[in-house]
Formats: sequence, C-alpha cells, structure tokens
Amino acid sequence: MKGRLKGAQKGHSLLKKKADALQLKFRSILKKIIDTKQTMGEIMKEASFSLAEAKFATGDFNHAVLQNVNKAQIKVKTRKDNVAGVNLPIFESYQDGADSYELAGLAKGGQQLKKLKVNFGNAINLLVELASLQTSFVTLDEVIKITNRRVNAIEHVIIPKIERTLAYIISELDELEREEFYRLKKVQDKKKKIAKEKAALHAERKARGLDQGDGGPGESIFDEEHDEDLLF
Amino acid sequence: MPASKYKNGEQRMIGVIGDEDTCTGFLLAGVGDKNPKKGLGPNFFVVEKMTKQADIEEGFRSLVSRDDIAVILICQHIANDIRYLIDEQTAIASKSALPCILEIPSKQIAYDGSKDPVLSKLRQFLGEK
Repeated sequence: MKGRLKGAQKGHSLLKKKADALQLKFRSILKKIIDTKQTMGEIMKEASFSLAEAKFATGDFNHAVLQNVNKAQIKVKTRKDNVAGVNLPIFESYQDGADSYELAGLAKGGQQLKKLKVNFGNAINLLVELASLQTSFVTLDEVIKITNRRVNAIEHVIIPKIERTLAYIISELDELEREEFYRLKKVQDKKKKIAKEKAALHAERKARGLDQGDGGPGESIFDEEHDEDLLF
Repeated sequence: MPASKYKNGEQRMIGVIGDEDTCTGFLLAGVGDKNPKKGLGPNFFVVEKMTKQADIEEGFRSLVSRDDIAVILICQHIANDIRYLIDEQTAIASKSALPCILEIPSKQIAYDGSKDPVLSKLRQFLGEK
C-alpha cells in the first residue's frame, strides 16, 4: 500500500514536470506564430502585387497556367520532433524536380514572371514554416490539456484515496493491537485471581490439617482438587 | 474524414483553395500537381464568384480527406464562407493533426485577424498569460 502511494506521488511529480516543459515550449511558439502571421500578410501582399505586374506585362496567363499543371515541384517533408515525449510535426519544404514553368513568359514579360515566381516561392517557404508552427501549436494545446487533466486527477483523486486507505488500515491495526492488549490483560488478571484463590485455599487446608492431625494424609488426598490440565 | 497519421520523413504536398489569381501564383511557384499516377485529381481548387457553396464545400472536403496533402492554403474570404467546416476540421485535427489549414489574405480583402480561429485562440492565451 505504501509502495502504491510512493508510486502515485512520483508519477504526479513527473507528470507535473512534463506539463511544465510543454507549457514552456508552447509559450515560445505563441509569439513566433503571431510574428510569422504578420510577415505572411505582408509577403502575400507583395506577391499579389507582382502578380498584377506580371499580368500587366504578359497579359492574362491564368488559364494557361491552370491547364499546364503537371507534377508538383515544391513538396513538404514531414518530420517528427520529440518534445518531452510529445511528437510534434514539422514541415520542411523542398524542391523535387525541375521547374515546369521554365519556359513560361519567354514571349513577353519574362522578367516580371520570374520575379513573381520568386515572390511566391518566398511566400511558400514562409507559409510552410507557419504551417509547422500552427500544427505544433494545436498538437501541444491538446497534449497540455490531457496532461493537466491527468495531473489534477492524480492529485485530487488517486493520492487522497490511497492515503485514506492507508489511514484506515493503520487504524484497524491499532485497534486490533488494542484488543489483543486488552485480552492479554484480562487473562493476566484472571490468572492472578486463580493463583490468589489457590493460595487462600491452600492456607485454609493447612490450617484445618493442623487441627485434624490424624486424617491428614488421607484427607489431604481426598480433598486434593484435581490437577490443572496440561495443555501443549 | 481526417487524414491518416503521418510518418517520419514522408512526402506531402501543399493544397490551395483560392481565387484564380492566388491559385495561378502558387501554381507558378510550383505547388500544383495533377497527380497523373495516383488519379486523385489536382491538389488545388479555384473558387470564382459564381462557384456554388456546395462546390466549395465539396472541394474542401476532398482536399482534406486526401492523405498526401499536409498543408492547405485557403483564402480568407472563402474560409469565411465555409467557416463551420474548418472548425469541424480543427476539432478533428486533434487526432491526426494533418492537414494543417492556413488562411491567407486575398488581394481584395485585407487580412482579418479576428476571424482566423488559430489567431483568436492565440490572442486568448496571450491575453490570459
């Protein structure tokens, strides 16, 4: 029982440490996300501006682009980052394969198109970073909630229960001990009483024996109480 | 509906739901993929003024249920239209965490931080602590 209490207490302190570590990481992410979102807003504005410029130079190429989609060049790789036992997803953008729009804009407006591609490329990198932060944020939030719930459960339910059980057991044992003691005392008192009575009887018989001299040995045999039982 | 669990080092793509200009821009950067091998269809969805609400929802749902897309970029004014779907997705996201839905500003409409669910949660936390 005591072992269980110890185990529960240790588990509680460990969980608390985990919750604290997670909170720390959580808060460091918070500020980062807000800053990144601000930057993202600006970058998107810039990107759309260069899009308008390119359109102005090249004419409307939306349809051509939408039709010519083939294979994705920019992909993200997922990675698991372990923080205090929690797996947080991290995205890394990487280039896979050649630029399929290499030849676009050769006719006119190539410069703007290039700038546009670069701008949107930057935007994507930032967005990928933001995505990682956001997923970590959401995951951490969930995990922190769960861990805190467990910490509270251990603290307010499990440990008091074990302590109450322990207290009950101790009180029961104490009571048994008291009963035992009382019983012992009673037996001792009884024995003392019996010994006293025997002594008194003996003394009385002795006195009588002296008065009735001849019937001494015979009488004493008859009057002899039977021996106490020998119990092994 | 939620995407399957991700493993370490897997390749994923970026999906886009936006107006024509946004999609074009991102496609030019190299995000677009028509998935000829897997037959899952393009990983972007163009939303115009006359696209029906049901179509937008359908597009969103199909992108979200694909397990080869890790990030979905969605223009904020479209996100506002399907706000309830996004909220549902974020609620489920606690199990699988993917795909991550990112709201981006569109040309016409400035970025409204109060509508973004993640930002509002952030503000809550910072406000409390």
